[in-house]
Amino acid sequence: MSTKETINIALIGNPNTGKTSLFNQLTGLNQKVGNYPGVTVDKKQGKCKLPNNTTAVITDLPGTYSVNPTSLDESVVLKVLLSANKTEKPEVLVVVVDAENIKRNLLLYSQVQDLGIPTILVINMADQMVKKGIDINVDLLSKKLNTDVVLISARSNSDIAKVKEAIVSKSSSKKAIANLEFFNKIDATYFAELQKVNPNYSLYELWLMITQNNFSENITELEKEKLNEFKSDINKIKRYQHKETIYRYQKINEILKETYTVDKSKATDLRAKLDKVFTHKIFGYLIFFGILLLMFQSIFEWSAVPMDFIDGLFSDIAEYTKTQLPAGLFTDLFTDGIIPGLGGVFIFIPQIVILFLLIALLEETGYMSRVVFLMDKVMRKFGMSGKSVIPLISGTACAIPAVMATRTITSWKERLITILVTPFTTCAARLPVYAILIAIIIPDTKVFGFLGLQGITLLGFYILGFATAIIAAYILHKTLKIKNTSFFVVEMPNYKMPSFKNVFLEVVEKTKAFILDAGKIILAISIILWFLATHGPSTFNTIESEITNTVANQELSEEVLAQKVASAKLEHSYIGIAGKAIEPAVRPLGYDWKIGIGLITSFAAREVFVGTLATIYSIEGVEEEETIKERMQAEINPETGKKRFNFATGMSLLVFYAFAMQCMATLAIVKRETKSWKWPMIQLIGMGVLAYVSALIVYQFLK
Amino acid sequence: MSTIASLQIGETGIVLEEGVSKIPLKLLEMGCLPGAEVTLLQKAPFKDPLYICVGGSYLAIRKETAAEILISKF
Repeated sequence: MSTKETINIALIGNPNTGKTSLFNQLTGLNQKVGNYPGVTVDKKQGKCKLPNNTTAVITDLPGTYSVNPTSLDESVVLKVLLSANKTEKPEVLVVVVDAENIKRNLLLYSQVQDLGIPTILVINMADQMVKKGIDINVDLLSKKLNTDVVLISARSNSDIAKVKEAIVSKSSSKKAIANLEFFNKIDATYFAELQKVNPNYSLYELWLMITQNNFSENITELEKEKLNEFKSDINKIKRYQHKETIYRYQKINEILKETYTVDKSKATDLRAKLDKVFTHKIFGYLIFFGILLLMFQSIFEWSAVPMDFIDGLFSDIAEYTKTQLPAGLFTDLFTDGIIPGLGGVFIFIPQIVILFLLIALLEETGYMSRVVFLMDKVMRKFGMSGKSVIPLISGTACAIPAVMATRTITSWKERLITILVTPFTTCAARLPVYAILIAIIIPDTKVFGFLGLQGITLLGFYILGFATAIIAAYILHKTLKIKNTSFFVVEMPNYKMPSFKNVFLEVVEKTKAFILDAGKIILAISIILWFLATHGPSTFNTIESEITNTVANQELSEEVLAQKVASAKLEHSYIGIAGKAIEPAVRPLGYDWKIGIGLITSFAAREVFVGTLATIYSIEGVEEEETIKERMQAEINPETGKKRFNFATGMSLLVFYAFAMQCMATLAIVKRETKSWKWPMIQLIGMGVLAYVSALIVYQFLK
Repeated sequence: MSTIASLQIGETGIVLEEGVSKIPLKLLEMGCLPGAEVTLLQKAPFKDPLYICVGGSYLAIRKETAAEILISKF
């Protein structure tokens, strides 16, 4: 028995096999998400205690149909399996397969076993077997495959102990036995020569290094050269890969013939019945748009109360800390910089939770694949793929996971277009900006007695976002000169009840990542902003006495005087100077220098706009108990004597935020995913110009 | 020669050995092998993509890919 303290385990399997359910059962909340080195693929890891008191570090590898990758997520799997790094390479592999699709699932198992890593086969969904008439001879299968086979239902807790025990007994065993006689059948001399390049690696490892161009760290330059010689004839490699796959399936079929039976009469046609409705050419679309409407409705309706609560809470906290802490620079930073800044992040939580929850539900039930099927042809007219629907929907939460979700799109042109237009969809970061501006400029009245005018306006901006994305995609489709290879395959999984544990963990994890990522940026910006707003060049320090002197003969209340001083201070601070500097450029859009400051700071992240205005107005304002909205509403344009945020300015700002690419994190992700600065720069400039021109037209037309 | 694209909804065929080099590796790996039964379950609106069951896998593929895969109808 192993006496080591920790052991590296990796879970591997096809998508939709319940691999993540097993991972969640094994690790519970004891998991964290990191990144694989060099790529943005999420690396899910968790810990669990094994019966022999060692700790297992479990990695949930991305779902894959084979070790031959066709996407970035899948190539991570190969990288981990071929790694020479002790901490990276799993000591035991747990291959999770679905009892119903066992044949296809065993292909991956047969490939993985040939790598020589000790491997356990876990057959999931045992609870479904009786209902579906499936019978598996586990002992015989275990003997034929030469490994431990565990039959479980990952959703019911009971079988998890069996998996843990199998891991323990496997952890002390030697390498798995590779089954490579098919290489001799394909081309004996070719593969014998290949093995000679480096006898320390299994033949299959060397073969993967050639076909996937993915060399283990310990391969020398000389060996690399030799290996490259083996793939001079690409067509031959392709032919051999085809043959390999066919041989593997032959072997699997032989084994399953003796160990696996299905009583077809027990098959239910639930799938067929549901598909008839969900993929129907009229009902299918109606249901899909109904679900979208329901999604947006719930985001606005359900989140309104908690959002108001969070908004109020943070102004209360700021007020309370102000009275509790001694007056001074630190207190100011805290109450005027950090707390309003954090409030700007936390206010998102309700909407993000709802969005991630609904998207996770759609994925878990298997419905999302039907949408892909339904939308593919339509999306192709705009240069995208049916799979682009998922990024475009996730884009309503956040463009960052959405851009990452494009990885499943195999055609580069379709993927690139999806990446480029996704930031037009209305992400959660735009919501607080929209919400506050709409609340200020649109009256809270009902049309037809029940539809809120504010809600309709918000919906209008969502539609504007989608429409712009589609139009932009069409223009890119017609102008981008990239050859389109349109191979496309989507698995249509069984419909199933979502596992609430999976959905819950997914929502927690995504929300946490979002809050931490956005939170860091917003916190940093609010501190910098506060500093720039409370410091300035020499005139800043003299302005207070100047004001006091000039108004000395007027009989002003202390309150008005304090406000005048604060205003003048802001105007002469560094940030005020910057805002003034860009004022000529934004004046035609209907903005003043204070809104200009908001534009500058929200260049990094849109949501900072509200926080910035909150900071600016709390530095300036006197009555602390007011919420941000009330302060903005009270702001007067000194030139007209009317409200600063009137209809024209508000609409112009809304349109600007709908189109402008104000998110550094998205730009960074796009750079990573497209491997070039060219595309994020095109996004930044293209969307910026569109935003400026549209806002200009809107303001000039409405004022 | 029949291909998957020429199946009517509900019809079944067998994937033929002849065209195997035209089948993308990924599809082979997902069960679209010579000798496998393939049934057309549904066509999306605008008759593309196709929803098929092949070798026990339920997949959606585009018409242009389906038109490359030779079959013999039952």
